[in-house]
Amino acid sequence: MKQRQGKPFTGILLVCMLLVLSACGGGNSSGGSGGEGTVTGGAGEAESGIIAKIKERGKLVAGVKYDTKLFGLKDPGTGVVEGFDVDMAKALAKKLIGDETKLELKEVTSKTRMPMLNNGEIDLIIATMTITEDRKKEVDFSDVYFKAGQSLLVKKGSPIRSIDDVTADTKVLGVKGATSIKNIEEKVDGLRVQQYENYQEAFTALRAGQGEVLTTDNAILFGMSQQDPNYEVVGGTFTDEPYGIAVKKGETGLVEAVNELLKEMKDSGEYAKQYEKWMGEAPPAE
Amino acid sequence: MIDFALLFDYSEEYMEGLRNTLYASLIALAGSFMLGTIVAVLRMTPVRPLRWLGRAYVEFFRNIPLLLVVYIFFLGLPALGIILSGFVSGTIGLTVYTSAYIAEAIRAGIMAVPAGQSEAARSSGLTYIQTMRHVVLPQAIKIVVPPISNQFLNLVKNSSILGVVSGFDLMYYADIVNSETYQTVNALFMAALLYLLLTIPLSYATRLLEKRLARTG
Amino acid sequence: MDFIGAYSPDNLSFLMEGLGMTLRLALLAIALSFIFGCLIGAIRYARVPVLSQVLGAIVGTIRNLPLLLLIFFARFGLPELGLPITPFWSAILALTVFEAAMISELVRSGLQSVEKGLVEAARASGLSYMQTLWHIVLPIGLRRMVPPIVSQFISLLKDTSLVVIVSLAELMHNAKIIMADFDFVFPILILVASIYFLVNYTLSQVARRLETPQH
Repeated sequence: MKQRQGKPFTGILLVCMLLVLSACGGGNSSGGSGGEGTVTGGAGEAESGIIAKIKERGKLVAGVKYDTKLFGLKDPGTGVVEGFDVDMAKALAKKLIGDETKLELKEVTSKTRMPMLNNGEIDLIIATMTITEDRKKEVDFSDVYFKAGQSLLVKKGSPIRSIDDVTADTKVLGVKGATSIKNIEEKVDGLRVQQYENYQEAFTALRAGQGEVLTTDNAILFGMSQQDPNYEVVGGTFTDEPYGIAVKKGETGLVEAVNELLKEMKDSGEYAKQYEKWMGEAPPAE
Repeated sequence: MIDFALLFDYSEEYMEGLRNTLYASLIALAGSFMLGTIVAVLRMTPVRPLRWLGRAYVEFFRNIPLLLVVYIFFLGLPALGIILSGFVSGTIGLTVYTSAYIAEAIRAGIMAVPAGQSEAARSSGLTYIQTMRHVVLPQAIKIVVPPISNQFLNLVKNSSILGVVSGFDLMYYADIVNSETYQTVNALFMAALLYLLLTIPLSYATRLLEKRLARTG
Repeated sequence: MDFIGAYSPDNLSFLMEGLGMTLRLALLAIALSFIFGCLIGAIRYARVPVLSQVLGAIVGTIRNLPLLLLIFFARFGLPELGLPITPFWSAILALTVFEAAMISELVRSGLQSVEKGLVEAARASGLSYMQTLWHIVLPIGLRRMVPPIVSQFISLLKDTSLVVIVSLAELMHNAKIIMADFDFVFPILILVASIYFLVNYTLSQVARRLETPQH
C-alpha cells in the first residue's frame, strides 16, 4: 500500500526532471534560429575595444525594429527583416568584418532598445532613433543618417488635416519610449496620448478605431500608409527628428567607424541609392 | 538604487494608474461575481442545451490566455464594427475571464450542498429557481467564499493586463515612467509597492475570512 | 476579414514556430516550478526555522504581485542591477518564480491536509521525521493536490502569452506580427484561441484521466 502510494509522486518528479533536461537541450539548439534566447558575447564585459570584440566574435549584433515598414520589417512568411536600417546594419557589418552576412539582428522597440544596448545584448541601435539631448546622456550617437520629422497619420477623409486640428480631446495614439509623445503633448495642452508597445500595435489600434490620429516620424508613417492606403500622412512635419546610430556610452571607436562609413557611403553615392530604394525619392540636399 | 523621489516626481502618473487599477478591479469584481453566478446556475439546470452553453463558456475561457480574451474585445470586436477603449475592453475581458473561474467555484459549492435538501425543497412545492435562490445558493456561497476571494486577488493582479492595451492602469504608467526615465528597477519597484498596497490587505482579509468560516463550520 | 489569406501556409508555419517556443517555455517552467514549489512547500510545512519564515515572506510577496511586472523586471530590471540574463531565461525565471510561489502554497496545504494521526502512527512505528515526510506525507498530500496543481500548470501555459511584452517569439508574438494586416486580425484571433484551447483542454483531460483510476 505504502509502495503504491509512493509511485505517483516519484513518477511526477522524474517526468519533471526529464522535461527540464529535454527542454534545456531544445532551448539551446533552437534558440539561435529565432534570433532570441542566445547569449551574444558576455554582457557586462570590459568596455573598451568593442570593435575588437565584434571582430573576434565574427559578427555584428544590431538592434533594429521588426515592425516598421521601410526601416525594419519582418516578413512572417520568409522570416527576413528588411528596410533602410537593416541595410545600414549590413553595410556596417561589411565595413567592420568584411562580410555583410556576418550580422545578427535583434528585435528592439522604442522602449526596449536603450536597456538592451546598455546591457550589452546589442552592439548598436539602428532603429529610427532620434538624437536628443536627453538620450545623449545615456548613449553616444553617430552623425545623422536620416532626417525625419514628426507628422500625423489619419484615415482618409478625417477632419484632422494638421497639428492645429489636434485638441486635448483628440484620441491620439503613439508608442512607448518615443520622442513623439513628449513633442505632441507639449504642443497640445492637456493631450494624453494612448501609448502602445510598438508601431505595429499602435497602427493596428488605429485601424481598429481606437484613435483618430497616430503620431510619429513621417518616414514611419509613410510606410504605414503604404501598408494600408486607406490612411494618409497629413499636415507636413512639425518637429525635426534627426536619426542617429546609438552605441554604448564611451565607445568612441565604434562611433568613428560608423561616421566614417556614413561619409564613405555619401561620397560614393551608395547612400543616395539606398535612400531612393526605400523612400522612393532622392535624399534631401544637405 | 531605489530612489523614492521617482514616486513623487511621477506621483500624478502613479496615482492615476492606481485609481484606474482599482476601478477596473472593482468593476470586474462585481461583474464577474454576477456573471459567474449566472453561469454556475446554467451549468446545473435540468435544461440540457443551457447546461451545454454553461459548460462551453467555462471551458472556453478557462483554457485561453487572458491576454487573448482582452485582444478579442480590443482588436477582434472592431473588426465587427464595435469599438471599445483599452480600459473598457480590458475590464470586460477581465470580467469574462474571471467569471469562468468563479462559476466553477460556485458550482463546486452547490454540489457540496446535499442533494436531499433541494429534493425536499422541490417536493415542498418550490420551483427550481426558488430552490436555488432560497435553499442551495445561500449555503453554497458560504462554502465558496475562500476560493472566490482567492479569485478576486488574482483579479487585481491580472488587471495589469490593461497596461498592454493602453488602459492607463498602474502597469501602464510604470512602463511609461520607465520609458521616460530609463530607470527600470526604480519604476517597477514603485509600481510593485502600490500593487502590494492593494493585494496584501486583500489576501490578509481572505485568510481571516477563511479562518472564521472554518471555525463556524 | 480575410480567412483564406490569414490561414496561408506561411502564416500557419510561422504560428507553429511560435507554438514551439510557447511549449518549450511552458514545459521548462512547469518542471522547474514544480520542483521548487515542492521544495518550498515541504520546507514551510516542516517549519524549518528561519528558512521557513524567509521563504514565507518571499512567497507572500510574489503571490501578491502581477506576473507581468515580474516578467518585465526579470527582462530589464535584473540587467540594470548588473545581472545579465538572456531573454529566454529571463522569461523562464519570471514564470518559474511566480508559479513556484503558487505551487508551494498548494503543496503546503496539501501536506497539511494529511491527518495528524497518520503522521503520529508513522513516527511511533519508528520512521524518522524525514522518512515520514518523504514516504507518508508527501505521497498522500501530493495526490490530493493533483487537481489544483494541474490547473496551475494550465494557468502557467496560458501565462506564457504575457512574455509577448518582452518580444520573445512565442505564439502570441508571432500572431501579432501576422495581425499587422488588419484583415487578418479576426481570423488569427480565432485560430490562436483554438490552438491554446486545444493544448490546454488536452492537458486537463489527460490530467483528469490520470486522477480517476485511483481509489
